Amino acid sequence: MRVEQIAVFLENKSGRLAEITSILAENGINIRALSVADTADFGILRLIVDKVDLAKEVLRAGGFTVGKTNVVAVEVPDRSGGLAGVLKVAHEVGLNVEYMYAFVNKSGADAVLIFRFDEMDKAIAVLQERGFALLTGQQICGL
Amino acid sequence: MMWVEEIETLPRSGLESIQLKRLQILVHRVYEKVAPYRAKMDAVGVKPEDIRSLADLRHLPYTSKDDLRDNYPFGLFATPMNDVIRVHASSGTTGKPTVVGYTRADINLWSSVMARCLAMAGVTKDDMVHNAYGYGLFTGGLGAHYGIEALGAAVVPVSGGNSKRQVTIMRDFGSTVLLSTPSYALNLADAMADAGISTEELKLRVGVHGAEPWSENMREEVERKLGFKAVDIYGLSEIIGPGVAMECLHAQDGLHILEDHFLPEIIDPETLEPLPHGMTGELVFTTLTKEAFPLIRFRTKDISRLIFEPCACGRTLVRMEKIKGRTDDMLIIRGVNVFPSQVEHVLMGIDGVEPHYQIEVTRDGSLDVMSVLVEVSENIFSDEIKALERLSRKIQAEIKDMLGVTCKVKLVEPRSIRRSVGKAQRVIDHRKI
Repeated sequence: MRVEQIAVFLENKSGRLAEITSILAENGINIRALSVADTADFGILRLIVDKVDLAKEVLRAGGFTVGKTNVVAVEVPDRSGGLAGVLKVAHEVGLNVEYMYAFVNKSGADAVLIFRFDEMDKAIAVLQERGFALLTGQQICGL
Repeated sequence: MMWVEEIETLPRSGLESIQLKRLQILVHRVYEKVAPYRAKMDAVGVKPEDIRSLADLRHLPYTSKDDLRDNYPFGLFATPMNDVIRVHASSGTTGKPTVVGYTRADINLWSSVMARCLAMAGVTKDDMVHNAYGYGLFTGGLGAHYGIEALGAAVVPVSGGNSKRQVTIMRDFGSTVLLSTPSYALNLADAMADAGISTEELKLRVGVHGAEPWSENMREEVERKLGFKAVDIYGLSEIIGPGVAMECLHAQDGLHILEDHFLPEIIDPETLEPLPHGMTGELVFTTLTKEAFPLIRFRTKDISRLIFEPCACGRTLVRMEKIKGRTDDMLIIRGVNVFPSQVEHVLMGIDGVEPHYQIEVTRDGSLDVMSVLVEVSENIFSDEIKALERLSRKIQAEIKDMLGVTCKVKLVEPRSIRRSVGKAQRVIDHRKI
C-alpha cells in the first residue's frame, strides 16, 4: 500500500518550477498532488503523478535531479479531526512524520493525506490494523 | 630609522659579493646534507664547485611546493632535528601541509629581518605594536612578534578575531602600529564604526599589512578608514615567513627585498628561463643564510617584477612590485592559502559527491566569503530537507577541518556549473584585488 512519489531538487531561482510543470505538461503527465519544501538556498519539490516512470525519465532528461520514494496515502473523511485521528495513532506507536501534505478529492467528501514516516512498514501495518483507508497510486490517480 | 644601514645602502657590487659568498656556502652545505637536493643536482650534472658567480645560479634546479610535499614533513631539513627549535606549517596543494623548521640561528635571523622590515615602516622602540596576525602554525603572528621584540618595541600579541575587543585594546593601550592582513584592517575599521570609536581616539600612525594580495585601491580604503599610512609586507613560510620584503614608509613604492638573505630571481613560468631585469614573471627565491630549511630557487608562483633603481629612501636593496597575481590557482581567503585541489580532495572523500564543484569568492564588507557550489546528483539527493542539510554541514565541517576556513556550501542543480572544454573553471573570484 505504498504510493510512489517523485522528488525533484530545486535551486532557489526563478522559473524552475515553471520549467518542471511545462515538461510534465508536454508529456501529458497529470499532477495529483504536490508540495514544495524549501530552505534559504534550495527546495525539494514532491509530486504524485499519474505516470511516475515517465515523469522521472523526462525530468531527468531535462537536467533535473530526480528521486523516487514511497509514501503512504491515507483517505479520511473531510471533516474536523480527520488528520488528528491519524497523527494520534502515529504518536501512540512512536512513528515520526518526516513530512506530509494533503489534498481534498474531487467529490469534496474525503481528504487524502500523504505521509512520509520514518518507519514505513510499521506505519502501513499499524494504520491498516486501525482501519484507516490506505490508497494505492492508481487509486489516487483515479480520484 | 635604518635598521642595518651598512647593508641596506651598500653599492650593488658589495651586496653581490656577499650574496655570492653565501650562495656558495649554501650550495655546498645543501649538497652535502640534503639527499633530495643532491639527487636533483646530480641529475642535471651540477656540482657545488660549478657555482662561481651569481649568474651560475641558473644552473641549479628549481624547488617547488611538490618537492616539499614529496619530502613531507622534514625530508628537506638540512640540520639534525635536535637543532630545530620551532616548526610552522602552511597549506600544501593537497592533503599534506608544507612544514618548515627553524634552528635558534634561524629564529634570530627571522627576528632581525622582521625588525628591519618594521624599521622600514618607521617603527621604533617607542612604538606600541598591535599584532593581529594569527598566532599558531601560521608564520604571521609569531614571525611578526619576534621582530617587534627584536626591534625593542612593545608587542600586543592579540592575534586574530574578536574585533570589538581589539578596537578597545588599541584605544586603551594607545597602540601606534597595526599589523594585520589588509582585509582584517578593514574589518577593524568596521568594528570601530560599530562601536562609535573614531580614528582620532586612536594613536595609530602606520599599518603593516600583508599575507594576502591587495590593490592600491584597497590601500587607499585602509588609509582613509583608519587614518594612517599603510605599507605592504611580503613573506611566505617556505622562505621564512613575514620579513622577506617590505615597502618603505618613505616612498611606498615597491617592496625592498632583504636580499642579503633572500636572493630573488624573476623567471618565465612557462619556459622556466630567468628573465632580464625589469621583466614581469614568477618570483623565485633562494634562502642564503637559513640553516634548518634552506631552499634553492623556490618557485613562489607569485607574479611580480624587480626594480633595480635606488629608492628615494636611500636603500639600494632591489624592490619588487606589489604582487600582481599567481601562476597557479591558489586563493587567499582571510589570510589562509587555499588550493581548489584541497576542496576537491574533501569532496571526493564524501560518498556520492561528484567532481563537479566550483568555488566562489566574494567580499562581504571587508571579509572574504568562500562558497563551495556542489552539484546534487541522484546519489546524494534525498526528498528530505534534513538529509540535504546534513550533507551540506558535513561538507562544510570537512573543509573547515582541512583548510581551517569556514565556507558556505551551496547545493546546486546538476549541470548548473558550467562545463568547460579544457581545464575546468574551478574558481570565480568576485573580489576586486
